[in-house]
Amino acid sequence: MIWEAILLALREIRRNVLRSSLTILGIVIGVAAVITMVTLGKGATLQVTSDIAKLGSNMLQVRPGQGFRGPGGTRSTSPPLDPKDAEAIANEISGVVAVAPTASQNLQAIFGNENWSTTVTGTNNAYFQVRNWPLKAGRKFTDAELSAGASVCILGSTVCQELFGGQDPLGALIRLRKLSCKVIGVLESKGQSSFGMDQDDVVLVPLRTFQRRIAGCQDISAIFLSVKEGFSTEKVRLEIERLMRERRRIQPGSEDDFHVRDMQELVSTLTGTTRLLTALLAAVAAVSLLVGGVGIMNIMLVSATERTREIGIRLAIGAREREVLIQFLVEAVVLSLLGGLAGIAFGLGTAAFGSRLLHVPFVFDPAITLIAFLFSGAVGILFGFFPARRAASLNPIDALRHE
Amino acid sequence: MKTNRANPLRPLIEFKQVTRVYGSKQAAVWALAGIDLQIYRGDFVAIMGPSGSGKSTCMNILGCLDRPTTGSYLFHGLEVGALSRDQQALLRRHYLGFVFQGFNLLNRTSALENVELPLIYRRISAKERRRRSQWALELVGLRGWERHTPSELSGGQQQRVAIARAMVTNPLVLLADEPTGNLDTARSQQIMELLCTLNRERGLTIVMVTHEPDIAAYAQRIIRFRDGLIEADGH
Ligand SMILES: Nc1ncnc2c1ncn2[C@@H]1O[C@H](COP(=O)(O)OP(=O)(O)O)[C@@H](O)[C@H]1O
Ligand SMILES: [Mg+2]
Repeated sequence: MIWEAILLALREIRRNVLRSSLTILGIVIGVAAVITMVTLGKGATLQVTSDIAKLGSNMLQVRPGQGFRGPGGTRSTSPPLDPKDAEAIANEISGVVAVAPTASQNLQAIFGNENWSTTVTGTNNAYFQVRNWPLKAGRKFTDAELSAGASVCILGSTVCQELFGGQDPLGALIRLRKLSCKVIGVLESKGQSSFGMDQDDVVLVPLRTFQRRIAGCQDISAIFLSVKEGFSTEKVRLEIERLMRERRRIQPGSEDDFHVRDMQELVSTLTGTTRLLTALLAAVAAVSLLVGGVGIMNIMLVSATERTREIGIRLAIGAREREVLIQFLVEAVVLSLLGGLAGIAFGLGTAAFGSRLLHVPFVFDPAITLIAFLFSGAVGILFGFFPARRAASLNPIDALRHE
Repeated sequence: MKTNRANPLRPLIEFKQVTRVYGSKQAAVWALAGIDLQIYRGDFVAIMGPSGSGKSTCMNILGCLDRPTTGSYLFHGLEVGALSRDQQALLRRHYLGFVFQGFNLLNRTSALENVELPLIYRRISAKERRRRSQWALELVGLRGWERHTPSELSGGQQQRVAIARAMVTNPLVLLADEPTGNLDTARSQQIMELLCTLNRERGLTIVMVTHEPDIAAYAQRIIRFRDGLIEADGH
């Protein structure tokens, strides 16, 4: 019986190809849009959180200037950091595991005919630990190289790729401005940061090498450090702030001219942002769902005249109101189901493609899928069913005469 | 449904002072102005009259597609006005076959499927539906046109599909509003022969509206309408 009804509905759907396909299209668009948007949004959120986990959430950064708290951003008048600040932090503050002072400059790296503009960072071996960044090949700096300021470097994977292609870079000499230095290692790829920056576009050299041979000064642009397991990041941060105020002789009442950036803070800011983004995408998707719904509504209302006549014919040859309605309901359900399933397939397909394109993980969200499906289904059924209900309550002859 | 088949003397269809008024107040049109009418089982009745005299209105009420404004319509002794919508639908389904003046076929639907339609509501299996519909289409000379949709058929062919649809259920009463209006003379005569045969051999009761005297001549009884009233009723 129900099978028969479904067969009849399919026949009816095939008979009105244009109307059916427009209705289905409306549902497909709505469902697919919601699924795509939400899936991508969730993927991006996950990406950000895992990126930050990769950064190490127990990492603190000390930088000169006021950071991104004030509207002025980094104040150029703030004095740079000193290598001794790093030593002081390492020696005087408990709960600090590794301290990596860094100094950076953008310049050309040259190998043979290849040259590539990159960031050269001088630091020490603590950097690998703090940034949670292992080597793919080669080795770290030796103590001798660090203290002597030897001409050695470790390449980020982007730089390695750009300069050497598939060749083995270990032992090769590359030129950084006037400094010719030997490649002793290659870093694991970290990929893009959440800000869209390529973290692998970097060359590491011993800090002393950088100071003497590249920058020509002692200035430090940032100190990276790890907080020991079991210590409160917040407490360590406060202690560092006190120590630095003391060292930089900041009067009580004056503002800091440096900042300690806590990754935890970044985590919450970024997840907040991506959550907002997801909400925004969901809103866009909801609009498309609505548009799809309005499309379905239109089709159904436009075809109401024809349907009313059809209902009149059915009533005239002996169909009961109930039978006509069940038939139209089955038809609307079948139509919505077809559209919904196509929408899910299409939406997941687009989402999978989009997530590959945007390099975010593909996160399937069954709840949203179900909601989009039910909503479009409801719209399809509602607007398929209600005009039919009105028509079926007419006298057969009035339904037949309907214009 | 309780029907009184036992008494052949009782009319199958009885109108008592049936009126049908369209509109209201000053704009009121009395399409039927008080009709008394009795039709017996096995009758073959032709309704004639000028256009606008209320023939179609009368047929619609006979076919339970419309209700009288006042008066009573008894079918098999049953007061049709007192029946629920569903009961009226069942009456149409089981006892009546209707051929509309404007055919009223489903668009984009093959002739065969159009003819099948009434059988669907009778819960008849797909195979049996097909067999019976093919038989009905053959009866009206449309063998080979089963797959064609109304837009691919001439007016005459559509009319014959409409007749086949009314016949396919083997109704007790066939109500036909100008069933030969779109047919050429030869076709008209063929259809009338068919109706006569069904009337004679199966006792099919036929009420038919027509303009043409030679078509009306096939009937045993001719009722003439004028201005919503019966002007003449004779054999
Ligand atoms: N739906 C309607 N609304 C208003 N007036 C109608 C309607 N149907 C028929 N009429 C009027 O009722 C009268 C009888 O019409 P009808 O029964 O169609 O006549 P016939 O079939 O004999 O040509 C006509 O005057 C016609 O204008
Ligand atoms: Mg008429």
